[in-house]
Amino acid sequence: MSNGVASLSSQSAPAVSISNLRKSFGTLEVLKGISLKADEGDVISILGASGSGKSTMLRCINMLEVPDSGDVTIGGETIRLKHSRRGMMPADQRQVDRIRSRVAMVFQSFNLWSHMTILENVIEAPIHVQKRPKTECIAEAEELLAKVGIADKRHQYPSHLSGGQQQRAAIARALAMHPKVMLFDEPTSALDPELVGEVLRVMRSLAEEGRTMLVVTHEMGFARDVSNRVVFLHKGIVEEEGAPAEVFAAPKSERFQQFISSHR
Amino acid sequence: MDFAFMQEAFLRLIAGVPLTLNLAFTSIAFGAVLAMLLALMRMSNIKVFDWPAQAYVFVFRGTPLLVQIFLIYYGLGQFRPTLQELGLWGFFREPYWCAVLALTLNTAAYGSEIIRGGLQSVPYNQVEAARACGMSGFLLFRRIVFPIAVRQALPAYGSEIILMVKATSLASVITMMEVTGLAAKMISQTFRAIEVFVVAGVIYLVLNFIITRIIMAIEWWLSPHLRRPPAVEPRLEAAHV
Repeated sequence: MSNGVASLSSQSAPAVSISNLRKSFGTLEVLKGISLKADEGDVISILGASGSGKSTMLRCINMLEVPDSGDVTIGGETIRLKHSRRGMMPADQRQVDRIRSRVAMVFQSFNLWSHMTILENVIEAPIHVQKRPKTECIAEAEELLAKVGIADKRHQYPSHLSGGQQQRAAIARALAMHPKVMLFDEPTSALDPELVGEVLRVMRSLAEEGRTMLVVTHEMGFARDVSNRVVFLHKGIVEEEGAPAEVFAAPKSERFQQFISSHR
Repeated sequence: MDFAFMQEAFLRLIAGVPLTLNLAFTSIAFGAVLAMLLALMRMSNIKVFDWPAQAYVFVFRGTPLLVQIFLIYYGLGQFRPTLQELGLWGFFREPYWCAVLALTLNTAAYGSEIIRGGLQSVPYNQVEAARACGMSGFLLFRRIVFPIAVRQALPAYGSEIILMVKATSLASVITMMEVTGLAAKMISQTFRAIEVFVVAGVIYLVLNFIITRIIMAIEWWLSPHLRRPPAVEPRLEAAHV
């Protein structure tokens, strides 16, 4: 599995590095100085109760939320921010677009484009953002859809698919960008219980390929068995962090202990 | 009813159909561009753009089209020397262009509100997914926001198109010989208002029936995602082209 990769890549830049991230919405401070590093091949599960800031932290990595302070560095490149009247904003939208095209995100509610077929969803950004040849993109998209098990749905529209199928299509869409990092924002939380397994299976196979993944999740099984690191957030700070075998067996934080026992 | 006379009236009035459609579609085309611009101004969140657009919509939606036509054709005629200086008299001298201008300005006000509604109804999570893929600016607008907004706005815009076809009848008051203009002329010659106007009404009805069908076909073509999926996957192996 992916555990060995982290130590090897110590001299190269980490895939994702965030330092001292702070973010408030109005008077509510959601992130209170979070730092986190993901090396290439890391699969990090981010756990926490709702309101702990885990989704906000993930969304700060690709600037869907712009942090008030702190740095986000992807593959050694720090995203430049500037002050504006409405708070912080990216200094260079083109830099953000370029980084986003290599940091794929899978959303809780799939967010497939409703007016496009599944295949069109998958080839859209490779063709129009990465400017790759259409025939190549289509061929690759078909492979990816086969890989996630919905090749037969490629000419159907998102509204015609089940939630699990839509999420697998969204994962194929993310993979089509050849991402260096994949962000998963509660990818199974909107699914019926019987559809969760099919999505988790796809995610597990991605982890086994050695992909760098940051996964906000409530799936304890996934955190325990698939990820090589677990981060537990509580009220905007990292409360517990470590290898799953260690933190699940002997949690140092009392809150994490409570969290585990309530999510069995 | 005198059917022989109605047939004669039909043949006379049908000659006005090209001008009716010309007025309608010229002003709808210009109006749609202006409407798009106004909608973007209203959604810009920048006061210097938003407020003029709001004022524009307020004025042109709040006053009768007939008054607007009179003001442009007769009203601006009083400023002939100024318009001549500006080289615009050639435009405002022509009743055709005055009618097109009035219809354009009017439909743009209504159209901008329809387009604004369409743009606002684009689900934010789909926009966010596009941003997360590295789309922004015009690319995001062209590929994601606009196609979704068009699908939302089309039914309402279809009504606006039909209203415009009927509104062209007001151009008859500034000497345009479209269907209604020809009808009025024929009545003044024959004093047989009922037959002539019934025929005119039928012509508009047929035109709008055809236009409704075309709009429905476009809606159908644009919304496969709202229909039930095909029972059998079409052309399963023919996708590599």
